[in-house]
Amino acid sequence: MRRYVALLLAQFRVSAAAAMAYRANFVLEGLLSLVWIGLALLPLLVLFEQRESVNGWDASASLVVIGYFTSLRALLEGVVNPSLNDLIARIRTGELDYVLLKPVDAQIAVSASHYAPWKVVDLLGGIAIIVWALVRRGEMPTAGQLALGVMLFGAGAIAMYSLWIACAALSFRLVRLDNLMFLLSAVFDTARWPVHVFPGLWRVLFTFVVPIALITTFPAMGLLGTLTPLGALGTVGGSLVMLVLSRLAWRAAIRGYTSASS
Amino acid sequence: MTSAPSRALRALPTLLRVGVAETVAYRAEFLVWILTSTQPLIMMGLWTAVARERPFEGYSSAMFVAYYLASLVVRQLTANWVAWQLMDEIRRGTLSMRLLRPVHPVFAYMAGHVAAIPFRAAVALPVAVVLLICSGGSTLTGSGLQVALLLPSLAFAWLISFGLMFAAGGLAFFMTDTSAVMNLYYGLFALFSGYLLPLDMLPGPLETLAAWLPFRFMLSVPVELMTRTLDGVRLAELLGGQLAWAVIATGLALGVWRAGLRRFEAVGT
Repeated sequence: MRRYVALLLAQFRVSAAAAMAYRANFVLEGLLSLVWIGLALLPLLVLFEQRESVNGWDASASLVVIGYFTSLRALLEGVVNPSLNDLIARIRTGELDYVLLKPVDAQIAVSASHYAPWKVVDLLGGIAIIVWALVRRGEMPTAGQLALGVMLFGAGAIAMYSLWIACAALSFRLVRLDNLMFLLSAVFDTARWPVHVFPGLWRVLFTFVVPIALITTFPAMGLLGTLTPLGALGTVGGSLVMLVLSRLAWRAAIRGYTSASS
Repeated sequence: MTSAPSRALRALPTLLRVGVAETVAYRAEFLVWILTSTQPLIMMGLWTAVARERPFEGYSSAMFVAYYLASLVVRQLTANWVAWQLMDEIRRGTLSMRLLRPVHPVFAYMAGHVAAIPFRAAVALPVAVVLLICSGGSTLTGSGLQVALLLPSLAFAWLISFGLMFAAGGLAFFMTDTSAVMNLYYGLFALFSGYLLPLDMLPGPLETLAAWLPFRFMLSVPVELMTRTLDGVRLAELLGGQLAWAVIATGLALGVWRAGLRRFEAVGT
């Protein structure tokens, strides 16, 4: 266990050093992030300028979902995506062999091999949106709701990570990874909306097939105190099931891996 | 010695055949690209649900359906992934293969993507039929002129999209990490092309900004041709804007290409 913590820390140090070497880029990316957060709020503002609420979601509650979405996307673009991009390069060059030879679990070594540290700005931005939304709502969560909200944030992050790792595993044999990740990112973008604003068929799709409801809507409901105990259990259970499935997919992919090196 | 244009023209059938073969060979990848541009369906779900009880900013449910299905059709026909292709080939050095051929590479890339259009049309056509049936024509334009202008408008949209994507991909000549540029491009596109929401729903200043950016000419204009009734002046404005941006985008692509080639060192083997 301690070995893995040391490994992740070392990998983070290297990435942070690399990012700090390009300070201008670092600042630019941080500033751009702020602009993006603003633009991402736009459709929501357009919607709630005209309507009080849509299917039970008012502006403040929807803002909480956007806050969760922004924070999770920060994790996605700050850790998961850079690492998997790194994985593509390694599969292509055959360098993945060296990772597989190391005395650590390859999935863990690969999952956090690269970071984009400036995404911290997004993470903080997401949290700021949540706080703003709660103030706007005029009703602070109780300690229990806060704990549930934080815990389900973790569950959402696990669900998101599983989706991406499964996709990476699939791409070992099917298609090129960047392509598939691009599709996943496009779908993930809908996680900015509470799943209930979508009509029936879409809602089923986003809850069970591509479970983005698990990733943002339910955790946000946990924080808002509108999630049933069964819903909370389903979110945690669902994300764990996804983690196990993605682990199996990864193992199958590694078994089928034949090095690309000469 | 034949001139460059006639040489390119003679090579065209072969280039198209290669393009078709590539699309068929990488069909899984192609399918993923098609699925990527189905986002209008998601937005359609959202806004029709919102507008079910009463119209939203003048849009009824049926109008939202028409708008997003039309934009799905336009996006299928005009989107391309040349930026990713170009970046990949620059980074890996495989671009040098293209440089050896006696056809201008920009033209060769273009032909490759033109060859994919029939496959994309095969996806777009059923959607268009559904659109016709759903709306019963009531939310679509009845003007023959607009229908006639749709084809040139789509061609312009394709050219603008190709030119900008090519220029964006060509930035890989100058910088090692272009993902930030692509994120910026897609973000601006989603917002200012009418892909996420109809442009007249944007707040005032942003709507004005959208009128001057190239993105609306890539998507919103053909969609408007299909779903609105526009007067002559407006039509001339929109098509004129498309023509201007098509010229600028093509110039940009050629400019980036020419400047980039000087720096290209064919990394890799």
